Amino acid sequence: MTAVVPPAPYRVAGARAETGDTRSIELLPTGRELPPFSPGQFAMIYAFGVGAAPISVSALRGPHGGLVHTVRAVGAVSTALYGLRPGDGVGLSGPYGTGWDLEAAAGHDVLVVAGGIGLAPLRPVVHEVLDRPAGYGRPAVLIGTRTPADLVYRDEVESWCARARVEVTVDRPGPGWRGSVGVVTTLLDRLDLRPDRTCALVCGPEVMMRHTARDLVARGLAPHRIQVSLERNMHCATGHCGHCQLGPLLLCRDGPVVGYDRVADLLLVREL
Amino acid sequence: MVTELGPVIRTRPALAVWKFASCDGCQLTLLDCEDELLGLAECVRIDHFLEMTPSEGADAQRARPAGRGPYDLSLVEGSITTAEDAERIQHVRRISRYLVTIGACATAGGIQALRNFADVDEFVAAVYARPEYIATLETSTAISAHVPVDFELRGCPIDRRQLLEVITAHLAGRRPRIPSHSVCFECKRRGTPCVTVAHGTACLGPVTHAGCGAICPAYGRGCYGCFGPSSRPNLRSMVAQLRRDGMSERDIQRVFRTFNAASPEYAPVPDLAAEEQHGPPA
Amino acid sequence: MSADAEVNGSPPPVPEGLVMGKDGMAVLVDVLIRRGFTVVGPTVRDGAIVLARLLSADELPYGWGVELEAGRYRLRERTDGAAFANAAGPQSWKSFLHPARVREWSADRVEGEVVFTAEPADPPRYAFLGVRPCDLRAIAVQDRVLTGGTYRDPGYEGRRFGTLLIVVECTEPGATCFCVSMGTGPAAGPGYDLVLTEVVDVHGHRFWVRSGSEEGAEILAELPARPADPDTRETARAGVTAAADRMGRTMPEADLRELMAGTLDAPRWDDVAGRCLTCGNCTMVCPTCFCTTTEDVTDLTGDHAERWRLWDSCFDLDFSHLHGGPVRASTRSRYRQWMTHKLGTWYDQFGSSGCVGCGRCIVWCPVGIDITEEAAALHDWTRSGAPAPETEGE
Repeated sequence: MTAVVPPAPYRVAGARAETGDTRSIELLPTGRELPPFSPGQFAMIYAFGVGAAPISVSALRGPHGGLVHTVRAVGAVSTALYGLRPGDGVGLSGPYGTGWDLEAAAGHDVLVVAGGIGLAPLRPVVHEVLDRPAGYGRPAVLIGTRTPADLVYRDEVESWCARARVEVTVDRPGPGWRGSVGVVTTLLDRLDLRPDRTCALVCGPEVMMRHTARDLVARGLAPHRIQVSLERNMHCATGHCGHCQLGPLLLCRDGPVVGYDRVADLLLVREL
Repeated sequence: MVTELGPVIRTRPALAVWKFASCDGCQLTLLDCEDELLGLAECVRIDHFLEMTPSEGADAQRARPAGRGPYDLSLVEGSITTAEDAERIQHVRRISRYLVTIGACATAGGIQALRNFADVDEFVAAVYARPEYIATLETSTAISAHVPVDFELRGCPIDRRQLLEVITAHLAGRRPRIPSHSVCFECKRRGTPCVTVAHGTACLGPVTHAGCGAICPAYGRGCYGCFGPSSRPNLRSMVAQLRRDGMSERDIQRVFRTFNAASPEYAPVPDLAAEEQHGPPA
Repeated sequence: MSADAEVNGSPPPVPEGLVMGKDGMAVLVDVLIRRGFTVVGPTVRDGAIVLARLLSADELPYGWGVELEAGRYRLRERTDGAAFANAAGPQSWKSFLHPARVREWSADRVEGEVVFTAEPADPPRYAFLGVRPCDLRAIAVQDRVLTGGTYRDPGYEGRRFGTLLIVVECTEPGATCFCVSMGTGPAAGPGYDLVLTEVVDVHGHRFWVRSGSEEGAEILAELPARPADPDTRETARAGVTAAADRMGRTMPEADLRELMAGTLDAPRWDDVAGRCLTCGNCTMVCPTCFCTTTEDVTDLTGDHAERWRLWDSCFDLDFSHLHGGPVRASTRSRYRQWMTHKLGTWYDQFGSSGCVGCGRCIVWCPVGIDITEEAAALHDWTRSGAPAPETEGE
């Protein structure tokens, strides 16, 4: 008889503050090692005694060679994960869910659109695209945040500028902000978008993804060329707890990354 | 009493238990945690708890009613019914880092909130031989009507396991697992056949906050709502069902006028019950 | 064409089968216990026919029937002494295969390290006696949900794997039953180890028994039974066929999956929201509802933690909790989630309907909400005056 497999024990190898309420933690196995993750997939990270939360991998390989996850302290579990220090133990299970379909993006202009911490699951995509420029067309990264202080991976984003079109906009500018102000969709106007050759990967608050996808479609991008990463309550990540349903989809299994063509109508139904 | 010496003890959070207008049943639930009490005393420093303090001697002195504070965790029992208590709860809040109300009195005003629906002077005159000795407010109100409350634990009395959950969750830094769904979840999980459906017994379970473990239906009687309303209860439908189960307008009003009578969710009940009996108002 | 095939296309049962009396039922329970099974079956308790561990066939509800209506369940005595002439009770077999509360693992903090310990898995070997055809299908539905995908629930698999299924065909459907609409009964479909049909007439009280597996055949061989006579077989078949004509409820003649997908904006959801208590009873009694929540608990020291799994319900406001608030806050959206999942999106997720027509959700809803009535109302709406997607409503 087999029992439910507990999470694999991992330890925090490094932790790094990203914004006032967001940190990245790098995890290394202390026992069993999980299979490799793909960009867009997520782990259930268990904070001892508090609970587990689904967190997308934000880098496949950190400075210590471990998996990196970026957490924003908004609930009990994420606050506990945010508070972890190097050496602390956690439980990890995964990899779960669909990743970004990079095969579909191969040879295409890759447009990454992120809202706030939505950049986290997209960061491994940017790494991949910038590391293998021959495999893709023109890369562009559009980022929207509430304030300049909410931009994650600031140094890294600056380093991308040399190799990709990078635009950042904020809702509320602070002193010294000389960049764009407004929602992320306003940045689309500045792109020389080639709709038939572009694959868009979008992650952020649901309303932001809806508007971004709608605007991209209006600019001629086919819905199936737009991928979005959706969020719902998740308890098991194995398709058994029923919490992450969005109509016909179980987002832990059929998502979190789905083609916009599959969800455009679903996202219009209130309280689905 | 645990000694207050040694390095371990300094790290233990300080716990205080406070009593306002109440019957003591909820704070006694703490003493009722017989199997866990010693473990609890190792994890928290019970600094203020009159119910387990000798009435004389050094301990009694240390734990005088006003309390010194500060306390990491204050458990507050009882409602506010006097002007003095209205002031005292402000003091308790000031000296408490995390304040949890325990029980129906502290969370909803208790059975004594029945005065809120009547003339308290008439009550006082009817009950006491010397009404002039009685100084009381016109209403019995929940603690949250006076100070910010960090967590509210339901029940009359509270459930022992839920109290331990609130304390251990506080110690572990997590949100207490205290679901706000109906009692029906608990009946079904323990396999109790529904008393309304199988016996025609009126039961408030569908609109009552879980937490008791569905004790009453397990003994064949209907839930009488001692844990107060569940999240967003559909009282219109519940009242209609109670009518079908044979309750009169007066019975329906009364079944909601118990330990959680002053819960704002129950406010529409009299009108709904009248509507069920006499049809909607013209 | 046999009654079985006519109702749900079940494979031909072992042609003749055997016949045994009440004494055979007593031996059956003894044989199962002797073979090491934990026997679970119907028995009268708390004014209902519940599922519980049986130590003897005497505990079966001989002489008890039930009267069912929306929001109403009553035991009533039967003069014929039949044990299985009663429709679904307050529980289903998921109470045993997918229990309401399970500890999944524990964890200890030892010198800064977190050490996980798997929960020992040593489930009893169950023999379910008296599984109704609708519930047999429900077990198959949960099999697909919990073991049919990429991830298999090992706890469920462990409990389910060794379970012996003894089905009793339905001859006495309730007023809330609609298995014929869902194609799940009243004759047994595939998947049983043994199938019984109870017959009570002038020739006596007896059971026509057929085996559906090797183990079933072995057990059958140990029972005091004689070859089935044509009269018993025909009476039994006729009883099941007649039951198919006495369904208390029917689903509308429509593609339910399409009906659900096409009525997400129907005003009927507001109507049912006015009655629904969001108490969760329908989901808890449903033999296929599988949703669970997790509970992470710690002891007072804070160094020992446990992960528990509990039945959950999409009617709980917290079910769709997200930072920023629940996705499904209104009662309308929670009832709609349950019903559209059950009858519609279940196909997308697990390849079949999630409803087997047992009627429990109708019976055990305290206010008597009837899924067949709601489906019919939605169907009526689509046929008369439902606004087409591109036009405004009247």
